[in-house]
Amino acid sequence: MANIVSDVICPFCGTLCDDLEVELSDDGKKILEVYHACAIGAEKFLHSQAEDRITRPRMMQEDGTTKEVSYEEAAKYTAKILCEAKKPLMYGWSSTSCEAQSVGHSVAEAVGGIVDNTATVCHGSSLIAVQDVGIPSCTLGEAMNRADRVVFWGCNPAHAHPRHMSRYSVYPRGFFTGKGSKSRKVVVIDPRKTDTASLADVHLQLEQGRDYELLSALRVAFRGEKLPDVVAGIPKDQIYEAADLLKSGRFVIIYFGMGVTQSLGKNHNIDIAIGVTRDLNDYTKAAIMPMRGHYNVTGSGEVLGWQYGFPFCVDLSRGIARYNPGETSSNDLLMRDEVDAVFVLGSDPGAHFPISSVKKISELPSVAIDPHLTPTTAVCKLHVPVAFVGVEVGGCCYRMDNVPIESRKVVDPPEGMLTDQEFLEMVLAEVRKCKGV
Amino acid sequence: MAEYLIKNGFVFDPVLGINGDKKDIAIKDGKIVESVGASAKVIDAAGKTVMAGGVDIHAHVAGPKVNVGRNFRPEDKRQATYEPGKGVKRMSGGFSVPTVFKTGYKYADMGYTTVMEAAMPPFYAKHTHEEMRDTPIIDQGAYPVFGNNWFVLEYLKNGEAENTAAYIAWLLRMTKGFAIKCVNPGGTEAWGWGLNCTSVHDPVPYFDITPAEIVKGLIEANEYLRLPHSMHVHSNNLGNPGNYETTLDTLKLAEGISAKNNFGREQVLHHTHIQFHSYGGTTWGDFESRADKIADYVNSQKNITCDIGFVTLDETTTMTADGPFEHHLCELNHLKWANVDVELETGSGVVPYVYSPDVFVCGIQWAIGLEIALLAKDHMRYHMTTDHPNAGPFTRYPRVMKWLMSAKARDEMFAGMKNEDKVRDRTGLSTMDRELSLYEIAMMTRAGTAKALGLSHMYGSLTPGLCGDVAVYDYNPETASDPEAIETAFGKAAFLFKQGELIINDGEIVSNGNKRTLWVNVKTNENTQVERDIALKFNKFYTVSQKNYEVYAHHYVPNPLVFEIDATV
Ligand code: SF4
Ligand SMILES: [Zn+2]
Repeated sequence: MANIVSDVICPFCGTLCDDLEVELSDDGKKILEVYHACAIGAEKFLHSQAEDRITRPRMMQEDGTTKEVSYEEAAKYTAKILCEAKKPLMYGWSSTSCEAQSVGHSVAEAVGGIVDNTATVCHGSSLIAVQDVGIPSCTLGEAMNRADRVVFWGCNPAHAHPRHMSRYSVYPRGFFTGKGSKSRKVVVIDPRKTDTASLADVHLQLEQGRDYELLSALRVAFRGEKLPDVVAGIPKDQIYEAADLLKSGRFVIIYFGMGVTQSLGKNHNIDIAIGVTRDLNDYTKAAIMPMRGHYNVTGSGEVLGWQYGFPFCVDLSRGIARYNPGETSSNDLLMRDEVDAVFVLGSDPGAHFPISSVKKISELPSVAIDPHLTPTTAVCKLHVPVAFVGVEVGGCCYRMDNVPIESRKVVDPPEGMLTDQEFLEMVLAEVRKCKGV
Repeated sequence: MAEYLIKNGFVFDPVLGINGDKKDIAIKDGKIVESVGASAKVIDAAGKTVMAGGVDIHAHVAGPKVNVGRNFRPEDKRQATYEPGKGVKRMSGGFSVPTVFKTGYKYADMGYTTVMEAAMPPFYAKHTHEEMRDTPIIDQGAYPVFGNNWFVLEYLKNGEAENTAAYIAWLLRMTKGFAIKCVNPGGTEAWGWGLNCTSVHDPVPYFDITPAEIVKGLIEANEYLRLPHSMHVHSNNLGNPGNYETTLDTLKLAEGISAKNNFGREQVLHHTHIQFHSYGGTTWGDFESRADKIADYVNSQKNITCDIGFVTLDETTTMTADGPFEHHLCELNHLKWANVDVELETGSGVVPYVYSPDVFVCGIQWAIGLEIALLAKDHMRYHMTTDHPNAGPFTRYPRVMKWLMSAKARDEMFAGMKNEDKVRDRTGLSTMDRELSLYEIAMMTRAGTAKALGLSHMYGSLTPGLCGDVAVYDYNPETASDPEAIETAFGKAAFLFKQGELIINDGEIVSNGNKRTLWVNVKTNENTQVERDIALKFNKFYTVSQKNYEVYAHHYVPNPLVFEIDATV
């Protein structure tokens, strides 16, 4: 009989599908097949099985070569650079468990570090908007069961969150949406002709960077006020029609992504998108939700929230928690040469940060903790490979709607490999030693 | 474990009938004992007040909506000094939505050792438990919400009492919950469509059941399961002028039902933050107190308890599973509004709020809470809360005590109000000169709450055999005359013991204790119908699989205290 583990959580994107089945070899040591996952999710599991995987920490040498070191040496080095630094940046936290994040925060508190997560280059603007105007939202299942109007704004789930539409937003038959996609009208607002747009009932193909105008126009249209002939490249009739379509729904859900958070206007775009949602609640029921990327970036914001009161950009260097995006955000700190050591876990700034920031990282004492070889591990002085969270060790994660789900361990990591939580605990012990506590 | 002898303090313990007598209290092996050996460490409590550790029956201190409050209000961190870590303490900050560390430390500072999280959305139970786990010192439990849960609505609609109970037992086990909470019964489900239920007879859209049926059904299920605590209700129509009638309608549903349990609990219904439900008038213009009507009724009904939800006149953060109320509130104050509707179960909203002493409605709300507490005949059934953080932060309990214990302190508040006359006029408070005693305060803050929670065998008294939870306050009831001394002393315990361990020594927190999570495991008859219904709903309408729904102890509840109950028949 096949050796199948069921109800497995996919540790890849914020959709956090929890219905995967993983087929193991008879001895339970190898992953043979992954069922129900999308291609990128399955790839994550299979990737862990690579024969040439790095299983021990490696230190970069003067001559650019690398040398294998023990986890003990790696923990000592990590503790040393963190303790010696005045303002170490501890970045990432989005592809790991809440347990690991929590230990990381203890380390950061002891060394006076700055804790920032990938929201800083992604949905940070959404978090700021929520601080300005709040957010009426719901769980993904609430939208599945009730929403008959679905808006995708500046996001392309067909590529970035491949199972979102089939599990939650477009196709499933919910309690009050028994006809599945036939129960729903889908509106896509995107300057690109995306695959998601091709499935939509309505595609408002606005001009790049004109999101704010179009959102304002919708608010005008809801109120039945006058619009100019064309806004953001969209004729006014289409805007009135879209406004009516939304108002006539019983439950409207707006999903938005990086197309709005990182384009011109940033958090102001989200402010007004939330304003649109608030308006709609005067006529019907409406909710809005950010399409979070990494599978546990949301969890990082949650743990930071209950431990320090802020969701990202948390500066602990003065002995108390400070929050001031623009000042305490990773890229701003790097550009201004304000940090003197870099610690990366559960993210790949080497791939996602501007090249000037990556260059700064490469010039500083630095460590990258990551199961993979990445552009970040290539520029950091020390690479500490660890077990894959959600594959080789379980742990709590938060879905894009803030719903906590405990990921599962499916197989053992390669012999002798540590989890990131275990490694962080070693670092914490070393830090305490060097701080004399 | 060390032995302690707390000597010569003025002891207040309503359970033992000790009213300020000088007594020694002995602690050994985590418990209160009759006596200890000569080697016991002596705490000199001469000139100080000694009470059992405080027990909070209702506060929003952990979980998703609290964290929404923290993360969307960076400005809240500026309302209080952010404190650096020191000794055993982590850094801690926030005012109305403090971090988990601050929550633990500040409760300890007030001499509190047990705090119940008042509303846990089952779907987010893991989150609530993660926060409670990280909250130091205090024992905690959480109340999962049931009043808008589809299973409950359907079973009650069909009159299936046994299935309701079996489902509730299952959910308490899955979520590691402590009690049955019911918030705006039916109204939050209606809010799924932007609607509400504002009276006990408003039918719930689609489910076609009334709030009255939900409340009554949940009370009956609670007694069927013989839970430690009673059904814990936040009734419909919260915060609206004239709502006292809805409140009375709700309370009356408990008439004729008596408590069944082995925990010494006598009530079958606990009404929370009753201050918010004691309003007269028809609009904000003629808004007035109906504290008299509510207190009269509660005084007359032995099977009801309540907590007050005192308004403290602060800037704070409101949060409740009453989704439609928060929307209504943001339409009134135009501040930021967060809302989360939760599939098949509940909803919630969060809105900042400024209770200004210069706004007469706020003044009246402030007065109503105090009025109810001063009209109370039996303080074992009227409990101290601020519905933290809804009516004010829990850190204001010592200030509320001052108002309750001093007519002079109340007059000073009145005098500072812009609309003093209107507030005096529309409430009964100005005619009251009653001043509560520490004996009554001890009922409101530990003895009464412990009893209503079914935890009087552990907490709320200094009876030998109970948990070694003891607070010593630097307050001399024989000599104190300045009401400000009350606020100061009860906000900063001189000594605190939790399960026999010294937590506060001479005003300094010296240990994070050994915090426990309380939950209830009720055994019911095997019920294949309910098992099938659960499997079906998870297959079709939940977005998490049934197997991934359960809160497993290992990570989320590392130090559980489980109450096992056999409700099989
Ligand atoms: S949609 Fe996201 S979470 Fe789901 S299987 Fe694909 S990568 Fe994994
Ligand atoms: Zn409450």
